[in-house]
Amino acid sequence: MCLFAFFVSLVFAVLLRDDPREQLRTGGLMFGGLVCAALLLGWLAYPLPL
Amino acid sequence: MTTKSTAAVRARATAEPGTLVLLCVAAWAIPGAGHLWLGRRQKGLVFLLALPAMFLTGLFLNGQLSPFELSDPLVALAAFAQAGMGLPWLLARMVGAGAGMVTSVTWEYGNCFTIVGGLLNFLVVLDAFDIAMGRK
Repeated sequence: MCLFAFFVSLVFAVLLRDDPREQLRTGGLMFGGLVCAALLLGWLAYPLPL
Repeated sequence: MTTKSTAAVRARATAEPGTLVLLCVAAWAIPGAGHLWLGRRQKGLVFLLALPAMFLTGLFLNGQLSPFELSDPLVALAAFAQAGMGLPWLLARMVGAGAGMVTSVTWEYGNCFTIVGGLLNFLVVLDAFDIAMGRK
């Protein structure tokens, strides 16, 4: 999941921003957002019977 | 180092229909080639390394290269998305990689990597097209 989030945030950050510092910031935010959202959704789905 | 103005001049020069088609085909076949062509070296190198690495990770995780089976629309869509990777996808199909192993616990993860990698390359091709048209 972290590897997937890394690749996706890397490509999107480089696509969306031109300045390397902004790319790093956007990529970091996106990576953190993806990982945190996945963990949060995982915890929310925990009580659901599957 | 290439400046933005130099890149813009080069972009205007490539805004001819024939060159644009060639640029898009190159950008599809080799991820990042379109950006390298247009002088966006940093972006091109990142795409050149990251996208094939993502695709290879998917294959390594027992991902499956879907066939173009129109009777099963979701499988056909997955195949279309994976084909977005270009030459790495073609090579993988030619050498018989990506047979996939449904029983593997990482099968779905592998599919996810190969599908999203292909879709991201489509976005990269569109970005190269926009740059060549002088929109960025």
